[in-house]
Amino acid sequence: MLVFVARRIALAIVVIVGVIVVTFMVAHVVPGDPAATWAGPHASAAQIARARTFLGLDRPLAAQLIVYLGGIATGDWGTSIHTHRSVLSDLMTAAPASLELVIAALVLAIIVGIPIGLVSARRPGRPADQLIRAGSIVGISMPIFWMALILQLLFSQRLKWLPAAGEYSSGLLFSHPLVKRTGFPVIDSLLGGNLPMLGSTLTHLILPAIVVAAYPAGLITRMVRAQVLDVIGDTHILNARALGFGERQIFSRFAMKLAWTPVAAAIALVFGYSLVNTFLVEFIFDWPGLGSYAAASISTLDTPAILGVTLFVAVAYVVANLVVDVVQAAIDPRIRFR
Amino acid sequence: MTGLGRLAISDLQISFGSRQVVSIDDLRLDHAEILGLAGESGSGKSMTALAILGLAHTVGATVTGSIALDGQELTGLPQESLRDFRGRRIAAIFQSPSTAFNPVYRVGTIVTKALRLHGATKSEASDRAAAAMRQVLLSPDLMRRYPSQLSGGQLQRVAIALAVALRAEILLADEPTSALDVTVQAEVLDLLRELRESIGMSILFISHDLAVVAELCDRVAVMRQGLILEQGPASRVLSAPAHPYTAELLESVPKLASAT
Amino acid sequence: MIESPTIAPPQASMPRVLRRGMAANPLLTVGGALVLLIVLVAIFAPLIAPFPGDAGTATHPFEVLKPPSTAHWFGTDQVGRDILSRVLFGARVSPVIAIIVLAIASLIGVPLGLAAGFLGGWVDELIMRVTDVFLAFPPLLLALALAAVLPASLTSLTIAIAAVWWPWYVRLIRGQAASVAGRPYVEACRALGVSRLRIIFRHILPNSITPVLVQVSLDVGGVILTASALSFLGLGAQDPVPDWGLMVSAGQSYFTPDWWLVTFAGLAILLTAFAFNLLGDGLRDLLDPKRSFLP
Repeated sequence: MLVFVARRIALAIVVIVGVIVVTFMVAHVVPGDPAATWAGPHASAAQIARARTFLGLDRPLAAQLIVYLGGIATGDWGTSIHTHRSVLSDLMTAAPASLELVIAALVLAIIVGIPIGLVSARRPGRPADQLIRAGSIVGISMPIFWMALILQLLFSQRLKWLPAAGEYSSGLLFSHPLVKRTGFPVIDSLLGGNLPMLGSTLTHLILPAIVVAAYPAGLITRMVRAQVLDVIGDTHILNARALGFGERQIFSRFAMKLAWTPVAAAIALVFGYSLVNTFLVEFIFDWPGLGSYAAASISTLDTPAILGVTLFVAVAYVVANLVVDVVQAAIDPRIRFR
Repeated sequence: MTGLGRLAISDLQISFGSRQVVSIDDLRLDHAEILGLAGESGSGKSMTALAILGLAHTVGATVTGSIALDGQELTGLPQESLRDFRGRRIAAIFQSPSTAFNPVYRVGTIVTKALRLHGATKSEASDRAAAAMRQVLLSPDLMRRYPSQLSGGQLQRVAIALAVALRAEILLADEPTSALDVTVQAEVLDLLRELRESIGMSILFISHDLAVVAELCDRVAVMRQGLILEQGPASRVLSAPAHPYTAELLESVPKLASAT
Repeated sequence: MIESPTIAPPQASMPRVLRRGMAANPLLTVGGALVLLIVLVAIFAPLIAPFPGDAGTATHPFEVLKPPSTAHWFGTDQVGRDILSRVLFGARVSPVIAIIVLAIASLIGVPLGLAAGFLGGWVDELIMRVTDVFLAFPPLLLALALAAVLPASLTSLTIAIAAVWWPWYVRLIRGQAASVAGRPYVEACRALGVSRLRIIFRHILPNSITPVLVQVSLDVGGVILTASALSFLGLGAQDPVPDWGLMVSAGQSYFTPDWWLVTFAGLAILLTAFAFNLLGDGLRDLLDPKRSFLP
């Protein structure tokens, strides 16, 4: 097991290095002059030249890459040309909001997707199954930005059931200030025993989470259905039946345990996908996450920031895959011994 | 366990829609008896086993007729009641032991789960499981292994251990040795015989291999295309068959001369 | 062991066979019908649309922001254009982009995958490592980065998405090619001295292509969603192209209370992606009964 984990980590590191290189290449095709942006709109030519030297932009591309790689390893992800702060600290400020959203969405998707997938698998071909299959395909065909707008219109504007934007009601900050510990508003309000704030963060989380959860939910439902139907004809299932186990337990325990392996893989895949999806909905819901940060960086042609965001998301994706690989191996012994 | 494990099947009909695949007038399994159900593949043997377990519906078949265990009628019982019988009073082992166990569970977990399903407490379950493993001549340590880590012979023994641990009266063995090496096969057959001697287990031994049937079974029923062509004491049926088909089958088996 | 029932062979008559095929494969039928509908709309848009000029540069300052009515079923947008017409013409944009993207992705990905799977060794290692790096990025992210870097247009959009999509095909076909390459008859070909190129094209390719075809049909929906997302962000289609994503984005600021600006265009995206996904599913059921990973 340890060998397996070690090998996976080594592979992940190699891939991350590759990711850095590719991202670096892409970011340096950016038109416009970062040095000019850094120096500001009223800078003289001399100041811009000095900025260029300061930023290391006059060195050959390969040298810049090496410096950058070294920096990443030691925690220096560059300085944002726009905010003049460390990119890493900017990312750390923005990341929790996006991560909170993605995690909430995935939890929602799993809670909804797995039982529904099992229902679908227990009565294949029947009306419930057809309906669920159609529904899950709608889930994976949904344009997220549109769904966000529609839900916002329906539930915030028309029905006034849920708040339209933001992570929490900013008005509450006066009466019930939120103490930042982890950066995740929901966790922070829980830790601080701040119940009104907790309620506010949760109600603000609902709509964005539902929107981001649509695709994963559809995917998970389909996967569970496919995998369970795949194994339900196997001898060990017949054996379980012959031992007297009931259908419910056969599906939700015996068949589902086998389905977890590919489902977990799908969840890792969809983590990265969903993280990027949040970018699309963040400014619709005024969500202060990586998406908003990325949008700002792109519009100001802030190369280090763009690099930082892309890198961050890609690394998160690789790490998610790594975690899932390890969890899979823990559940399914066949993977360990491959 | 005295006098239990009697199976009486009469007027059994198994059909897929309008197509009938099995029609058995009369078939009996007595206490501590090893009855061989012999025939080619496709003759309906396995469907009969499924029907006895009340699982014919899982492959889309309908069952009419009577299957009685110790005088109690099984057909027509609701699934919840039938689940009490499965494993606990009628156990089953299948042809391919490597696929008979869920690959992501340790084999011991399946055994203890089954025991607890049928009413044992946690400690009872682990004790009975360990005892059963020893009875099939396996070390209880093997219970911690995954199916992929055990050989076919070992897995088949664990399957038998399940039946023993659950104290089943009847064991339906569907081609249990067909996927095993000859030497391992002999060990499993020995084990079955031993179980019949020591705990009085009745065994319905389904096989296409007449040589094995001849070696193990007390009585034999020959099946073809869903019908029982003849049944009787093994010694009689296999040496002086009444039906021409039986004679045909016998002729295709080498070295049957030593069977009695 | 367990007998499977034999079904009496159906009388071979065209309508009956067709009906059986359609009943057996409802996904394919419904999906195929919807896709056909969309294709027809795309082709005949100039004839069906009530205001074909509105799909282009026409503006009607006196018809601005009108809600749905009998004259304008889907209402009008912020420069007075008929939304129904624009939505209908939009059917020409997204699916075409998707097809071009996937064609490019396959043209790059398939040969690389064939090479990796068949030749093996360092070629395989190299190609797969590079592919792994590209696959480490969630698709939209890299496409976003590329599209942000290139001047905003449909062409850049197509290039960006294609650049992100090809690695999946490499991995897909590599697995197939590798397993086909290991088969005895291929060994025999090699032993007989058949040229490697010939082996690849005559034997490996035809036997590995099915999963790719299935994947392409499944991917169309995904590409359409990605393309509309990028257009929504302003990185793809530009006005006056009647791209659905662009229409949703443009309608955003007026969204409340003028809901019709966004609803119909987005609905079109949903319907189109849905149709292609249904079709893809149906094709997959038909061609690849033993599917391996993602449904």
